[in-house]
Amino acid sequence: MGTTRCTIVARLMLIKFCVLCVQIKCFLEIITIGYSVYHSYHLPWFRTLSWYFLLCVNYFFYGETVTDYFFTLVQREEPLRILSKYHRFISFALYLTGFCMFVLSLVKKHYRLQFYMFGWTHVTLLIVVTQSHLIIHNLFEGMIWFIVPISCVICNDIMAYMFGFFFGRTPLIKLSPKKTWEGFIGGFFATILFGIMLSYVMAGYRYFVCPVEFNNDSNSFQVDCEPPELFQLQDYTLPSILESVTGWTTVRLYPFQIHSIALSTFASIVGPFGGFFASGFKRAFKIKDFANTIPGHGGIMDRFDCQYLMATFVNVYIASFIRGPNPSKVIQQLLALRADQQLFIFNSLKAHLTERGLLPALEEAAA
Amino acid sequence: MTELRRRGGGGEDPDSTDNMTDKEGEDDRLLGLQGDTEAECDVDTKADAADVPASTADTDNTPQCLNKALEGLPPRWKNYWIRGVLSLAMICGFFLIIYLGPIALILIVMTVQIKCFQEIITIGYKVYRSYDLPWFRTLSWYFLVCVNYFFYGETLADYFGALVQREEPLQFLSRYHRFISFALYLAGFCMFVLSLVKKHYRLQFYMFAWTHVTLLIVVTQSHLVIQNLFEGMIWFIVPISIVICNDIGAYLFGFFFGRTPLIKLSPKKTWEGFIGGYFSTVVFGFILSSLLSQFQYFVCPVGLSSESGSLFTVECEPSDLFVLQQYKLPALVRNALPWETVTLYPFQIHSIFLSSFASLIGPFGGFFASGFKRAFKIKDFASTIPGHGGIMDRFDCQYLMATFTHVYIASFIRGPNPSKVLQQLLMLQPEQQLSIFNTLTSHLKDRGLLPPTA
Repeated sequence: MGTTRCTIVARLMLIKFCVLCVQIKCFLEIITIGYSVYHSYHLPWFRTLSWYFLLCVNYFFYGETVTDYFFTLVQREEPLRILSKYHRFISFALYLTGFCMFVLSLVKKHYRLQFYMFGWTHVTLLIVVTQSHLIIHNLFEGMIWFIVPISCVICNDIMAYMFGFFFGRTPLIKLSPKKTWEGFIGGFFATILFGIMLSYVMAGYRYFVCPVEFNNDSNSFQVDCEPPELFQLQDYTLPSILESVTGWTTVRLYPFQIHSIALSTFASIVGPFGGFFASGFKRAFKIKDFANTIPGHGGIMDRFDCQYLMATFVNVYIASFIRGPNPSKVIQQLLALRADQQLFIFNSLKAHLTERGLLPALEEAAA
Repeated sequence: MTELRRRGGGGEDPDSTDNMTDKEGEDDRLLGLQGDTEAECDVDTKADAADVPASTADTDNTPQCLNKALEGLPPRWKNYWIRGVLSLAMICGFFLIIYLGPIALILIVMTVQIKCFQEIITIGYKVYRSYDLPWFRTLSWYFLVCVNYFFYGETLADYFGALVQREEPLQFLSRYHRFISFALYLAGFCMFVLSLVKKHYRLQFYMFAWTHVTLLIVVTQSHLVIQNLFEGMIWFIVPISIVICNDIGAYLFGFFFGRTPLIKLSPKKTWEGFIGGYFSTVVFGFILSSLLSQFQYFVCPVGLSSESGSLFTVECEPSDLFVLQQYKLPALVRNALPWETVTLYPFQIHSIFLSSFASLIGPFGGFFASGFKRAFKIKDFASTIPGHGGIMDRFDCQYLMATFTHVYIASFIRGPNPSKVLQQLLMLQPEQQLSIFNTLTSHLKDRGLLPPTA
């Protein structure tokens, strides 16, 4: 049991660390492009300020995540509790310090450059750091929500390339002359198939499917749970058209596989716009690749350009269609309320639960 | 298609003419605003692009009546009079708006936000001369509408949960709100990508970034202002008044006693003005808070009352913050003054912190805007208000204040919104609801709020 706990914690930390590294590398690549475009190497404050802002925003997001998901752990440790209670204020104060440093660093002849770099840094932070934290949120929902979207995008990249290579004839968009309609459509269908198969394989394992939670009793992370309905095989009656074609009346699927169709569709149809955006960006600033990190492929950003929209989409999708609010966060907010507000909620909740038959009516009679 | 690595992205600077000199004009050339031989930017290579042409502040909007009344005065005094009259007019307008109530305030905030957005975007158009790319205006306004829809939807869902639950279409919109907002934003994003035109890539990306940064600054702040407003009108009035007072106080102290310059960026600001403004603002904030804390109209959170059915009731039991309490003066102060205890509203103590922020950090917002105007060589953001410039000129110090007030309230004053918590509770799975119910029951019993037998 001890080794399982260690392994889970270690794996989580490793994944978070990887995401953090990718984020920092992407940030570095974009900022370096900004420096070379604006020749602002000799204004040393910028590099310091850019990294400082990166640190601030990361602190804010990581703090929110830690507070949300590890509420009980945070409540126990005194310094953590203070940091968490005044977290927004501390983050804001840190950001303000950076802002004031920026204003104080404005040098007479370089105002415009400095404002450009300030704007550049902020837009980069908005794109890169926000996405990476949404990825981590998705991860906490269950590793399958992290693996399947990223795999779908990669599959779409590869399949669109191969279909384009073998059958490509009609160009898709002026921005990326190598993309073709045949590749686009072929990639779409291939990705949907791949998504369905991958979901089928992964939905069977608890390791991938369970949300990462902090267990208050055992004082550790766990990925052990009763798989939610989403990951239990169910029978679906095929519509009559398909019935006549395939000869089956019902089919056993995980509900998640149906969701994976939506995810694959997004990855194939809207995801490439992220790629076109990056192509336009490279075209605009006359660079061939974001950097030379990966031989033959370019920089990290070149590989991750289609992933941005995907991470946000998955997060919004989960929030809208899959899960409700996070229970530990709700408890946290409940306990922070005033006494009369807590009583009000207590009574409303009691009435609601009794109505739905979850609380025995005997309790009402005894009260 | 061969791409030239023109800018030496690997840290090298092969082109000797690209060495940084100390001329702003050189900056402009490097920024691709003029003389870009690749013809990627649609700019006039011959014109002097160091100055933004046709500054928006050149036109004189002074009303004819004022002009006539001040005909006889020398130009300097005329300017002061115009500024003074308009200041008074704006302050009166402020009182009028407060009198009209929360709905009017929200509308005014939205109007100001749209005007600020328009001013900044217009400057962007002028700087990049992108008038001839019509998609941008459409796209910029579209993004403004999207972000506003997202924020207003969140606010409505939070504060008017009961109303929203009653109406069927509203319920649908509220449940899938984030998804709908995201879809709308994506549509704009895809339109942007499809609108990229071959020779104008860089311009288009600049305008895209410009729009987003403007949205980040202007729209976020305006929604924080509205959220502060919902907390109670006093949280809207006091911060804004304090910033205005600091502006005026610093100006007056600087006018009469100013000697030591404060910062190279704004040569008119002085240390005397800064410090004098600080103390006068703290005193002003103190007095204003004690005045306003007495009235329920200012102090109560704005909310939808389900009983009376009327929108925006401002009647409630004032919270502890607005109930007079006795404070013992520390020994030092007791020696100076003959009082032992002093009766204060706790809010007045909070107002000291708000005033300190407004006086010490708020001006950085003003310096930021000055640097911005200096960078893009404009005198004022626009000429909407005669003698003062554009709306942004008046609101530049308010940005940080709105965010600070919001963070301050969230950290030190209120807890979470109970109706929002209940809403979230009701959305959970039944088992989770039961477990939370049990936790809450034991918690309330511990605190003695529930009889142990319940």
